[in-house]
Amino acid sequence: MIAALRCVIVRDLRLAARRSSDVLTVVLFFVIVVSLFPLGIGPEPKLLRTVAPGVLWVAALLASMLALGRVFAADHADGTLEQMMLGATPLGLVVAAKVFAHWLISGLPLVLISPVLALQFDLSQELLGVLALSLALGTPILSLIGAIGAALTLGLRGAGTLLSLLVLPLYVPVLVIGAGAAEAAASGLGGHAQLLLLGAMLIFAGAFAPWAAAAALRISVE
Amino acid sequence: MSINWFKYSSPQTFFPLAGRLALGFGVLALLACCVGLYLGFFVAPTDAQQGEAYRIIFIHVPAAWMSMFLYVVMVFWAGLGLAFNTRLSGMMASAIAPTGALFTFIALWTGSFWGKPTWGTWWVWDARLTSELILLFLYFGFMALQAAIDDPRRADKAGALLALVGVVNVPIIYFSVKWWNTLHQGASVSLTKAPSMAATMLGAMLIMTFGFWFYGIAAVLLRARCIMLERERTSDWAGQYAGGAA
Repeated sequence: MIAALRCVIVRDLRLAARRSSDVLTVVLFFVIVVSLFPLGIGPEPKLLRTVAPGVLWVAALLASMLALGRVFAADHADGTLEQMMLGATPLGLVVAAKVFAHWLISGLPLVLISPVLALQFDLSQELLGVLALSLALGTPILSLIGAIGAALTLGLRGAGTLLSLLVLPLYVPVLVIGAGAAEAAASGLGGHAQLLLLGAMLIFAGAFAPWAAAAALRISVE
Repeated sequence: MSINWFKYSSPQTFFPLAGRLALGFGVLALLACCVGLYLGFFVAPTDAQQGEAYRIIFIHVPAAWMSMFLYVVMVFWAGLGLAFNTRLSGMMASAIAPTGALFTFIALWTGSFWGKPTWGTWWVWDARLTSELILLFLYFGFMALQAAIDDPRRADKAGALLALVGVVNVPIIYFSVKWWNTLHQGASVSLTKAPSMAATMLGAMLIMTFGFWFYGIAAVLLRARCIMLERERTSDWAGQYAGGAA
């Protein structure tokens, strides 16, 4: 079973490596959206420092949502998904592996690049770590919740906009607590409470979301 | 004595029953709303602190309660449909969604009418307001998903799954927004009402709640009747009703 899951992860990573422009588009989107905010709201450092965690979080959320369409779409189009459903490995585990691979491709790069972008917002150095850590804990939750939405909208017309309508309200707690971590650290309270909550949500989502997404896939493909 | 629990689980037998129930609850809703509004607007005393502006609660609070209650009822039907694979449950769930969204919208709209004279602002990012707004988005998401899927069986199941995921998330959303709010704004406006409420006020509010509840039942059943006819249009019984109406 472990071998099957490793196989799924390696396959998805290899596919992403062959189409590396897809990965880069998400990261570039993230960078560009974040860079638009100082242009829009003005370059005053004090203001930028205040909004930095929220801006980075919202941009990361939008970027990871843009990438969601690709979790199952290609496999659905060429019939691989149906083979995975028929296979001996429980579908929930396969979905978990796919979501993990998807996070490695579309979430992890955002986490890694976020400190650089936060420097543009003149965020102090202690906060960079908290912000990156909150994104590292939060973006997998986004991928997990998003996988349910992606599975539900599989093969529908206008799936992209529909997906955002379904998934964005469900992202609210992650956004609130994730962006709150760096803000609490900035105000001297320390972001431990928020980071612990994010960790709890990650465990909760990791335990249940793959099964919900698997059920959604069965509904969509039947 | 054995009761056939499933007698009304088929659209054919439920359709006439739904029509009779909708009529009854519609009349009750009209009566309750008339009495409640009269009590609320003419009998209930003026509030010492808020003046006449408080009277919006006779619409606002029942609508807010119904908006949350209907989501739970919708999830109940959706879950039932997913578990037992019954056609009618999915129809009920999709019939409830627009009414629930309507009540959510009314609650938000009247809330901002109340907020302007009392708080001096149309909108604050308070925990309750924000979670109500997100509830509206959840209703919209449910309806949009069902509208995008052509096959009604898949639409029912997909909507049911989304509603179930949503209901798990609702308490999380509520608490996250509450914590966020308390972390950010120090002393914000509290939504908790004065504990001592005149008996007429409370009575009028409860009567309005029942009025909205009955309206909700009537509207949902009427909409469910339309959905039943639309989905079963190829069957004999539906053709009979559709022909009779035309």
